[in-house]
Amino acid sequence: MKIFVPLDSAAVALGADAVAAAVAAEAGRRGIPAEIVRTGSRGMVWLEPLVEIEHEGRRIGFGPMTPGDVPALFDDPAAHPKSLGPVEDLPWMRRQTRLTFARVGVIDPLSLSDYEAHGGLEGLRRALALDPAAVVEEVVASGLRGRGGAGFPTGIKWRTVAGVAADRKYIVCNADEGDSGTFADRMLIEGDPFCLIEGMAIAARAVGADRGYVYLRSEYPVAIRVFGEALARAREAGLLGRSVLGSDLSFDIELRVGAGAYVCGEETSLLNSIEGKRGVVRAKPPLPALEGLFGRPTVVNNVISLASVPVILERGAAFYRDIGIGRSRGTIPLQIAGNVKYGGLFEAGFGLSLSEIVHDIAGGTASGRPVKAVQVGGPLGAYLPPSRFDVAFGYEEYAALDALIGHAGIVVFDDTADMLAQARFAMEFCAIESCGKCTPCRIGAVRGVETIDRIARGDAAAIPLLRELCDTMRAGSLCALGGFTSYPVLSALDHFPDDFARQREAAE
Amino acid sequence: MNAQATPPGLADRVREIVADYADLEGPLLPILHEVQAAFGHVPQAALPVIAEALNLTRAEVFGVMTFYHDFRSEPAGRHVLKLCRAEACQASGGDAVAAAVRARLGVDWHGTTRDGAVTLEPVFCLGLCACGPAGMFDGRLLARLDPAAAEALLTEAGA
Repeated sequence: MKIFVPLDSAAVALGADAVAAAVAAEAGRRGIPAEIVRTGSRGMVWLEPLVEIEHEGRRIGFGPMTPGDVPALFDDPAAHPKSLGPVEDLPWMRRQTRLTFARVGVIDPLSLSDYEAHGGLEGLRRALALDPAAVVEEVVASGLRGRGGAGFPTGIKWRTVAGVAADRKYIVCNADEGDSGTFADRMLIEGDPFCLIEGMAIAARAVGADRGYVYLRSEYPVAIRVFGEALARAREAGLLGRSVLGSDLSFDIELRVGAGAYVCGEETSLLNSIEGKRGVVRAKPPLPALEGLFGRPTVVNNVISLASVPVILERGAAFYRDIGIGRSRGTIPLQIAGNVKYGGLFEAGFGLSLSEIVHDIAGGTASGRPVKAVQVGGPLGAYLPPSRFDVAFGYEEYAALDALIGHAGIVVFDDTADMLAQARFAMEFCAIESCGKCTPCRIGAVRGVETIDRIARGDAAAIPLLRELCDTMRAGSLCALGGFTSYPVLSALDHFPDDFARQREAAE
Repeated sequence: MNAQATPPGLADRVREIVADYADLEGPLLPILHEVQAAFGHVPQAALPVIAEALNLTRAEVFGVMTFYHDFRSEPAGRHVLKLCRAEACQASGGDAVAAAVRARLGVDWHGTTRDGAVTLEPVFCLGLCACGPAGMFDGRLLARLDPAAAEALLTEAGA
């Protein structure tokens, strides 16, 4: 009997380890040889811990499970009160286009044979058979853009690095997923780490790099453990090392753990951090593609960008490019979070409206109260009111609303949210996390908190001052932390003026 | 300035740690993580040892150590409770949990209770945004916290 229990952080936080222990204990008690496979999560967080049993070639789900629900699994699974039926048939799963996350929640993340049995390594094998320039052009043609938030075309970045001669080049994976409301990088690394390793190896082949770094945040202990183990197994199996899969590609990856600085998700801060320095932003130019880690040409890509490359190489650029809208091609793993009934990870082609995401897919708020605002794209993303929920999910579509998709985190707030408090938090967060290099961010964020406090005390004259400050931060900051803090602040002010006026009335 | 007693054998242990990571490019962060794992914090006395071994100034090592939120200059309490302060957890009631915990412990963020039982730390996102409010207690991940669950946790820990 094969029983699948997630090892994913969210599942563990909701009790998956206790459920796995109960499964082992119950199997032992009944003398049934049970193989417990710890998997990633399917992404249906409201059903976690979601236990699955293989039955006639299909995976039957049970959830959310408690240790007390376990014994009945061994009686008649079909009659189990928490039976959900075949997992693939659940509406949440059927509506998705799971490409990057195809294996997450399905396979044993640390089994390379499981990985290969589910299509793993086919992309890398194809890449190794191609001319490196052809690999770059395949990624260019796919239309893949940076999933970390900036949306820069991945293939163009690779072409730049490929075109520079250097004694050493690096592939750096940005796994410093600090945006609130995002957990796709974590889920991918916990659920399918070989996919990231494969994507990085393809990148190395394409640009001629021989060393890679994965900069993973310290707040993700499960991901750190899984990825460290996956690296060891990849080396043992020859997926990393002097001759990758027996080819002439020499490539290895080192895992670096961050130390709690949000700004290190900015690519130049991240490079400084790997170098052992303060995570201070670097001025650009020079571009990291030309002078990056230790001054060498460096590809810096987000986890999801790199993990989307294997499927592009496996199935071809055209297959990937045919999904999506406008200049946003392929799929995007939406992370639906905050006050929602059904939260989790939902991978779909670009183009879904916020209304579909928030109401149809997420089922509205968990509290049952009306939705007041949705913050898309993390702490630097805009707050959007329901009147804007028809916007299609895409890079340009959001930019047109003075918003950004960022890393595709979607945080839902009900009508108890105070948008002045949210704007103040955005400034406070920027002040706490500023690297301190540029004045608009370092000083501006502190002044921003003070200015919003004046507005809260009823000083309406401070509102134009806040707008001016946001303009200065936006235009004058070196990186997105100071530059984009204006998005949540101004969107709160523009879309929810009552929350900024209410206090004035109270003071009068 | 420094009331910390220097742990015996500190310099030797730090030199061992530095030697373990000597082959890495840019080894300072892994070294600081390891020193903190060994001593529970990064003792002041470790900094000149690291600086000398890596051919850096003490100021550079101090600058790096103090830049990152993870590295402590003082030991933490017997238990460390981290509560997520970020937006997704705010949307699901995180502020109320934080307020209850701060009142219960009588400390603010980064504070340690007078009896040394618990240190309260803010964290900005644990990636548990669809099951918040989230936290971490001595490395154990926590989801769907509410004031009552936090109270039970602290009571169980003897705080």
